[in-house]
Amino acid sequence: MRYCLVDNTWSWSRVCLLVAILAVSATTAGADSDEDSVWLGGLRAAYFGERPIVQSDDVIELEAPERAENSAVVPIRIKARIPQTDERYIKTITLIIDMNPGQLAGRFHFTPKNGRADLGLRIRVNAYGPVRAIAETNDGKLFMSRRFVKASGGCSAAVGTDIEAAKRRLGKMKFKTDKPVLPGEPLAVQLRVSHPNLTGLQMDQVTRLYTTAHYLEKVTVSFEGQAVFSAETGFSLSENPSFRFYFVPDGAGELHAEVIDTEGLRFTGQYSVTPGE
Amino acid sequence: MIFRVFVLLLLLIVWPEPGVPADNCKHRAEVVEIAAGIYVRPGKHAVVFDSEAVANIGFIVGNRCVAVIDTGGSYSEGQALRCTIRSVTTRPVCFVINTHAHPDHILGNPAFREPGVFYIGHTNLARALALRGTVYLQRAAQQAGRPLGPEHIILPDLSVDGQLRLDLGERVLQLVAHSTAHSDNDLSVYDEKTATLWLSDLLFMEHIPVVDGNLKGWLTLLETLKDKPARRVVPGHGPVQAAWPDAASDTQRYLSTLRDETRERIARGDDLRQAQESVAYGERTRWQLFDSYHKRNIIAAYTELEWED
Repeated sequence: MRYCLVDNTWSWSRVCLLVAILAVSATTAGADSDEDSVWLGGLRAAYFGERPIVQSDDVIELEAPERAENSAVVPIRIKARIPQTDERYIKTITLIIDMNPGQLAGRFHFTPKNGRADLGLRIRVNAYGPVRAIAETNDGKLFMSRRFVKASGGCSAAVGTDIEAAKRRLGKMKFKTDKPVLPGEPLAVQLRVSHPNLTGLQMDQVTRLYTTAHYLEKVTVSFEGQAVFSAETGFSLSENPSFRFYFVPDGAGELHAEVIDTEGLRFTGQYSVTPGE
Repeated sequence: MIFRVFVLLLLLIVWPEPGVPADNCKHRAEVVEIAAGIYVRPGKHAVVFDSEAVANIGFIVGNRCVAVIDTGGSYSEGQALRCTIRSVTTRPVCFVINTHAHPDHILGNPAFREPGVFYIGHTNLARALALRGTVYLQRAAQQAGRPLGPEHIILPDLSVDGQLRLDLGERVLQLVAHSTAHSDNDLSVYDEKTATLWLSDLLFMEHIPVVDGNLKGWLTLLETLKDKPARRVVPGHGPVQAAWPDAASDTQRYLSTLRDETRERIARGDDLRQAQESVAYGERTRWQLFDSYHKRNIIAAYTELEWED
């Protein structure tokens, strides 16, 4: 291609144009398979075996920046395109980041009580590649939404600058809900957990040692004793993991969250939900 | 035998020490003398690693020796600055002061490596370089096509915790290590002789400020620094000098708008993506490189302020 740009003879330009067209069409045709080589080369089989997966944005749609501003904090959203009903609902969303050392970012579980199986998260992206969300509906079918994200170094990036403040805050939780709270309507809940979520890939240039991985493994949120959201998570979630999800409150009550990390530390948080407020 | 020892000694004297850069002065950095003995090499507004010579860097000449203040984003930038120093004075470089850990300010460090040169930085500089050095080297290789080894990250010989006075010979520099602001390792330099305050990236002009430390801490620090009776300041990006404290107003306005609007979005329940689409876009026409750094600043602001009580 580069030779074509500098060549200005008529005959060569024509050849170049032809080559360029062929090159472009070849790239377009081959784009998916090249980008998906890790997925097709074993990742898919490892997590879903031979089960059919429909690639479509009709059940869930992944929203992610094309190019991340900060590869250690990439905000993403998964939007459900179907409502959560008793007859048909999204049971699990699996989030996979092909090029990360720990490819499984998390498995997130929903019930009809969520009203909407939307999910907002912040992730680390270590290299240019696809991020994919795979929804499993209650009938066992799989639907995948996929986006290519340009970001690099998210897993090896240094932890946030105020390290002392972060240590003091370890395990602190913050709940926030949209207002007003309407009984019977899906309510957006944001759960923030103060935790470094260390990847184990952050290297100290002086000692040449890697910091030990230390991240959230399990998150469970219940409302009045009934599970409304749960997840198994990995270090591909950003420092201070944040989860935004929905549930339908049937009245006033307590939201309760429990998280467990890889060192077996357990943290809990509560939040009162009052309709009308 | 005696002869051999003599030859060996002679060799030791004339043989250049390994690692000392050769004096290859094909390029000299263009500098401006903003006050007697204070020289600034103006940076140009560009994304780090997209271009060379991004930050304002320079040096201060005393009667005994020279203090370099930041060395630029590459070895060749550091070397060009070193060549300029050679052309301006015969006095040796005794200190390389690193104002903070960002790659556009420190990757020229190895160009000054020789006996008698002390590298000085904030007490948190070594940690910042230890944690981020690897990533900076990767980015230099990937984005700028400059494969660099770990020897390009030079840790300070002397760490400043609080204050330090450096005597360059009838010229005293006051170095102050600040609490977390632009980064967690900001060091400012005040030249008593000319009342010049070298703020580096604690102050941005024209080029959008970049938040990599603590937004609230930075605003508090700027307010305190405004009382400093400096005749002129040197911003890390922007003109080579500016009047103080007027020069602070743009950075202060941007940072406080970013703080206020981010707080508002968090209180309203907006998530980070929503905040990224709406916070402080009134500032867009006032800064260069806004589109390159603003959304990143919103991430920094949001992730800091969401933990406020």
